[in-house]
Amino acid sequence: MAEHHTKQAAAPAEGKGAHLSAVPSDAERAGQAHFDEIIAKDSRIEPRDWMPEGYRKTLTRQISQHAHSEIIGMQPEANWITRAPSLKRKAILMAKVQDEAGHGLYLYSAAETLGTPRDELNDQLLSGRAKYSSIFNYPARTWADMGAIGWLVDGAAIANQVPLCRASYGPYGRAMVRVCKEESFHQRQGFEILLELANGSDQQKQMAQDAVDRFYEPSLMMFGPPDGDSPNSQQSMAWNIKRFTNDDLRQRFVGMIVEQVKVLGLTLPDPELRFDEESGQWIHKELNWDEFKAVISGNGPCNVQRLARRREAHENGAWVREAAAAYAAQQAEKVA
Amino acid sequence: MTENNSWPLFEVFVRSSRGLSHVHAGSLHAPDAEMAVRNARDLYTRRNEGVSLWVVKSADIITSDPDSKDQFFESPKGKDYRHATYYTKSEGVKHL
Repeated sequence: MAEHHTKQAAAPAEGKGAHLSAVPSDAERAGQAHFDEIIAKDSRIEPRDWMPEGYRKTLTRQISQHAHSEIIGMQPEANWITRAPSLKRKAILMAKVQDEAGHGLYLYSAAETLGTPRDELNDQLLSGRAKYSSIFNYPARTWADMGAIGWLVDGAAIANQVPLCRASYGPYGRAMVRVCKEESFHQRQGFEILLELANGSDQQKQMAQDAVDRFYEPSLMMFGPPDGDSPNSQQSMAWNIKRFTNDDLRQRFVGMIVEQVKVLGLTLPDPELRFDEESGQWIHKELNWDEFKAVISGNGPCNVQRLARRREAHENGAWVREAAAAYAAQQAEKVA
Repeated sequence: MTENNSWPLFEVFVRSSRGLSHVHAGSLHAPDAEMAVRNARDLYTRRNEGVSLWVVKSADIITSDPDSKDQFFESPKGKDYRHATYYTKSEGVKHL
């Protein structure tokens, strides 16, 4: 984004560090007033606008976690590239995994406009300090999992991400527009994998059902804890970062997949699932939030493996980065 | 993990088809301009989004001062007469 690290024509860098003092300065008060006005108008905050520290921190955390999720999310699927059942499926899967790398990079760029350098964000992931979506800590056991991940995991991600295209922070919204355009292919290709398996042999249909059974609950948990247990949601909504609550989005998603699963000829592993006319709510089974907490804080089935693989990839890529930097330095010297 | 520190940030501009301007698409880190162009192709034109790419070091972009935008962009305000819509008396006259 042309916003970060750019020079300013004849402008003193005012107010830098002013927020450290306990009493707000005039510049800060003016900044806050301007910020509030923009949020009230539902307009966009751009990187060089004054913004409250909490807003900056919340967004840096959210956008970088989102980026980390895309990067770690490459693994369960990359795992199946060599074993994809046809050349077509292999090409599709590679394109999808490449998209996820791209999404990670768009999002890191957006996060950086808030002032945290890329290396630091990367280091937060590699050192295990940063969180990423709990879903990627589940294993992808069969080819049908590629279908279930595309349909349910990317489906839940889309339901989450479409409203983020209108997030009040400009660079985040713009990155999400790009991401959402590309995600719809991801969900459709997953659905198609399941549809083909569901119409295949009994064994294939069973494989598809088994994948849906395993990914149903974790995908519903992707929307985050229930509203009553999600203390940051209110503030994020007041800042127009989030547009809907976790439960609202989960409800909307359940409503969509309950119809889609019929087309597949499969079932959702939820005998309690029903639409309650009175409350207008989908009643689904009680989700296992203890498991969610365990997985997100590092104790899921694949957390250790995912991080180890990410570190290994980073270390194995070191020589490429070094060579590129050396070449660039050499070329620069020639010109000079 | 510090080797990336020296990689500058580039802004990427994509021309989506002939006859249109290059439009800002996003940014990326690269060791030099040539790699930036290659990476930009992989990152921002995976689906035929462009026929031409520009990259420029972010540090080389000079911007207006966000804090003084009100004063800086003040002069056109209140000058409605610069817009065709200001002239209403000719309404209904054809080809005008």
